Amino acid sequence: MYKIESKDIHLHYGDFHALKGININIEPNTVTALIGPSGCGKSTYLRLLNRMNDLIDDVKIKGEIIIDGENIYSKGVNVDSLRKKVGMVFQKPNPFPKTIFENVAYGLRVNGISDKNYIEERVETSIRQVVLWEEVKDKLKKSAFELSGGQQQRLCIARALAIQPSIILMDEPTSALDPISTAKIEELIYELKNQYTIVIVTHNMQQAGRVSDHTAFFYLGELIEYGATKDIFTNPKIEQTQNYITGRFG
Amino acid sequence: MSHLDTELQILKSETIEMWTLVNSQLAKGKQSLLTLDKDLAREVIMTEKRVNANELKLDRDCENIFALFTPVAIDLRFVLAVLKINSNLERTGDIAEGIAKFVLHVDDQFDRNLLQITRVIEMYEAANNMMKDVLQAFEHEDTALARKVFQMDELLDEINLKANTVIADYIRSNSENIEAALYVLSIIRKLERVGDQTKNMAEELIFYIEAKVLKHRTRKEKEKEA
Repeated sequence: MYKIESKDIHLHYGDFHALKGININIEPNTVTALIGPSGCGKSTYLRLLNRMNDLIDDVKIKGEIIIDGENIYSKGVNVDSLRKKVGMVFQKPNPFPKTIFENVAYGLRVNGISDKNYIEERVETSIRQVVLWEEVKDKLKKSAFELSGGQQQRLCIARALAIQPSIILMDEPTSALDPISTAKIEELIYELKNQYTIVIVTHNMQQAGRVSDHTAFFYLGELIEYGATKDIFTNPKIEQTQNYITGRFG
Repeated sequence: MSHLDTELQILKSETIEMWTLVNSQLAKGKQSLLTLDKDLAREVIMTEKRVNANELKLDRDCENIFALFTPVAIDLRFVLAVLKINSNLERTGDIAEGIAKFVLHVDDQFDRNLLQITRVIEMYEAANNMMKDVLQAFEHEDTALARKVFQMDELLDEINLKANTVIADYIRSNSENIEAALYVLSIIRKLERVGDQTKNMAEELIFYIEAKVLKHRTRKEKEKEA
């Protein structure tokens, strides 16, 4: 069974037809990379998966997105519950102006959890999962802004993990980071897929190659090609994909 | 261990597996030649398909690593080396098969004295030992051991050089055995190629570990580079 199924998704921003009949099925415990030039619709598609586009005025969505067998755009779907299941990490690290500990505990607290021991246990587990524990264990009460960019991004991933989602969406999670921090996040993505289903938007094609099992190439709102990353990067079936990944686009 | 390290480790294990298979093909080829065991020769010929399948798999894995991980520095040299070693191994596998085919076709009247006077078995043993040593050098990243084969190869060259005279003399006095004698000469030529392939693999190993290019150098130059 697929973790995420997208069936003939159309999305309009006003008159602009931003996604044109997207069909993608994503298996559990895999990493799927969405690639394509700016404005191709990849981030729009990503944001559909936890209904982030709901917040934008004049958006019309057609089609179905089914997560764990349920259409997340059906009436009566609780968006808060959905977002507990589908965590998100953004392009720029965006820690809250709080301590390191409270950043990770935040999601638990807003979900009504007050058991101190449980919160402490979840915070430590999540920070360990992102391989940040050794670096921050002695300064959990310090502001998250004291961390480096790479550490902040790992903290944001820990914050997403704390509420135990099963899907993590990442929108260019390393584009603001140096190569070493980027490598750490990529290794983390590789580790995390054992427990989570990950969908990542990236402008860095080598990153898609390194971290993902499947790659989807978007262009002008259409899904041009979707397949195993190995196949996309060694023998893409569509000429446009080949031109894009070899840098001969346009 | 990083994702790339894991992939490189898998590539190394697959290369060792391919290498071990080719060494076993050579060893069985030698045994079949020594005892003229046609069943064993058939086994070598059948197993050649596995060598070919392994070659394709390793090629594909190298291609995937280039495409997906864009390796650099020692990682890049490692994948490049494996790609070439793979090709050398496949050709060595072909040679083992070629020798097995000879054993299959030879008749019962074959003059075993030919094996003795040409030193072909001694040569075969030396070639197999070279292959084993370079495999061990590959497994343990031991370039000193890899360098030893440059000297070992001299024995193969010596036997190969003398083979023409030995075979010519033999033919002059055993004209009824010309065909068998020429076959043995062709085996000697093949074994000389095994020596060359093995040296190439040793050079690839040194290239990947030390970033030194030893191709087209004399043995003395190679030793100086150490």
